[in-house]
Amino acid sequence: MAYKIHKPARTVADQSYVVEATKGLGVTFKRLFVNLFSKEENKKIATVRYPDETREYPERFRGVHRLTHRADGSPRCVACLCCSTACPAQCIFIEPAEYKEGDPRHGYERFPKVFVIDELRCIFCGYCVEACPCDAIRMDTGVHVPGSASREDFIFDKETLMSIPGRDGTYVTANPRHEPGDPSFPGISRDHGGH
Amino acid sequence: MELDPTSAELGLGWMLLAATLKISFVLGVSLLFFAPVFVLFERRQSAMVQDRVGPMQGGIKMPRIVIDNLLNLQLGAYAMAALTGLIFVGLFLRVALAGDGTIFVEPVFGIHNTYGAFMIVFALLAPVHVVLGLILPSMFHDDRLTIYGGLHALFDALKAFTKEDFLPPKADKLLFRLAPVLAMIPAFALGAVLPFGPTLHFDHLFEQLPAMGPIDGPAISLQVASLDIGILYMFAIAGTGIIGAAIAGYASDNKFSLLGGLRAASQMVSYEVCIGLALVPMFMIYDSLRLEEMVRFQDEHVWGVLYQPFAFVLFLTASIAEYKRVPFDAPEGESEIVAGYFLEYSSGKWLMFMISEFLEVGTSSMLIAVLFFGGWSVPFLHRGGWEAFGYRFDLNGTDWAILSEVANSHIFVILVSIVAFLAKAFLLGVLSIQIRWTLPRFRYDQIMQLCWKLVLPIALLNILVTGIAILAFQ
Repeated sequence: MAYKIHKPARTVADQSYVVEATKGLGVTFKRLFVNLFSKEENKKIATVRYPDETREYPERFRGVHRLTHRADGSPRCVACLCCSTACPAQCIFIEPAEYKEGDPRHGYERFPKVFVIDELRCIFCGYCVEACPCDAIRMDTGVHVPGSASREDFIFDKETLMSIPGRDGTYVTANPRHEPGDPSFPGISRDHGGH
Repeated sequence: MELDPTSAELGLGWMLLAATLKISFVLGVSLLFFAPVFVLFERRQSAMVQDRVGPMQGGIKMPRIVIDNLLNLQLGAYAMAALTGLIFVGLFLRVALAGDGTIFVEPVFGIHNTYGAFMIVFALLAPVHVVLGLILPSMFHDDRLTIYGGLHALFDALKAFTKEDFLPPKADKLLFRLAPVLAMIPAFALGAVLPFGPTLHFDHLFEQLPAMGPIDGPAISLQVASLDIGILYMFAIAGTGIIGAAIAGYASDNKFSLLGGLRAASQMVSYEVCIGLALVPMFMIYDSLRLEEMVRFQDEHVWGVLYQPFAFVLFLTASIAEYKRVPFDAPEGESEIVAGYFLEYSSGKWLMFMISEFLEVGTSSMLIAVLFFGGWSVPFLHRGGWEAFGYRFDLNGTDWAILSEVANSHIFVILVSIVAFLAKAFLLGVLSIQIRWTLPRFRYDQIMQLCWKLVLPIALLNILVTGIAILAFQ
């Protein structure tokens, strides 16, 4: 069934367009003066002068990767290859190595001799961070990969990745790490397992 | 063309010099004042209205020492303002406390009125330094001199010139190159008949002129060409604006351009009729076609906008449409025909179209100022000086004689008039840019309907009513 659409009534002033156009000019002029002359906090400017000012990224923004440190400054990474396995872009290359005989960590865990991320291949999906069991790789840096003219500069090795701080400026994470020998150390190592 | 009878007293060389100076003043005001200032204001206004920062990054790197001492510079400006203000107050007290009335007339270094002259100089210097201190921070950003985005616009223009000048392979080579030039001509040519100041009697520059009666000595009318047909010349020039747009659309070998050119041609032809008819009541009231006579009439009576507010609205509408500006910019409607008649233009030729657009904002604002806002006329300022409701600004015989002597002198009156004319045109230009950023574009058939069904009948009716009113009041 057809129903009647109520059209707004138009006065002569509306039809003449002059009155409404003047009102519109009033609105835009008011906005112009607010944004030009009012105090900084009352201005309604929504953009920033980009190259000189940058906006803070949201907390969960996935920036360039970093490798977190242990208390002694070595990487938390145990070279389990979870991240490189999870990586859909296959941009992570890890060459694991054993600790030397006598090291408390020997037989318990490995360390990455080589840890390389190709930041040009990376799609910044964050799967590596999800996959990491040790909280060793994080993307909480809040910055982009810095620009460069050569492709080689985007191949980030272990030292580069470890040199990037988190957004709070530190190289560690809030999650505690239980080293072998600590009272809180929960597990047993391969050597203790008797295989 | 009738020569100004008094200017015949000048030698040919002086007349040539005066004409050259007048032409360069009009061109300079258009090119060096209106074009860049309107570009800057257009950018700032559009940005501020839309809550953007806008393009204002471009600038010239300044030495570190200037940037680091910006605050000191600002403080220095304020200190200078305070110092000059103090000197002014000191002079004022000296004069007021002395009270014998001799200080002004007593010559110092053989110059009369030294104290008065100093007081005027320092009274002007103080606010100038305050303004300088206020605008100084917006001149710089980070380590660059940006002039509040003005240099960004300049660099954009330089960038446009360095781009590739593309010529469509099947375009009409001659017409394609001719069109931007033809589009620029009307923007400049209109300035020829615009009076930008009252008649200049340069034998009496520093004297107060009599309010009435003839003045001996050579006179120069501050207008490039004083034509009998005045306003008809302006219609003719506005008519040539069609050619540039239509040729640009035709020569580009592009269907969108052709559509834009056709739209421009039909719209401008239609609104030319409206422009003429909207102004007919003004000729009837002013009783002249000469623009300088119109200004003189408004100077003696009241501004035209008070006589004919309807004609003002009609003429404003029609002139915006005639110059293809928003909300009547269907010829270059981006959403339908990309860029309309100058779609295929790039580099310097495109820049010529853009510059002529901003020049037209300037010239049409000047024209509206002349026709409806009294041109160079300032309320209460006449040839003989300031006068309000029968009271003349005259301090002769008092300690402050210098003030009225300066304020009523011929050169001061001329300068105030020219500045007032430019200020009126500038404010009207700002208004027209604001209209651009306020109103949405009309559909093409609405433009035509507005012209033929609304503006034209109202203009005709206005002529009829004005004619009856003039007959009734005579």
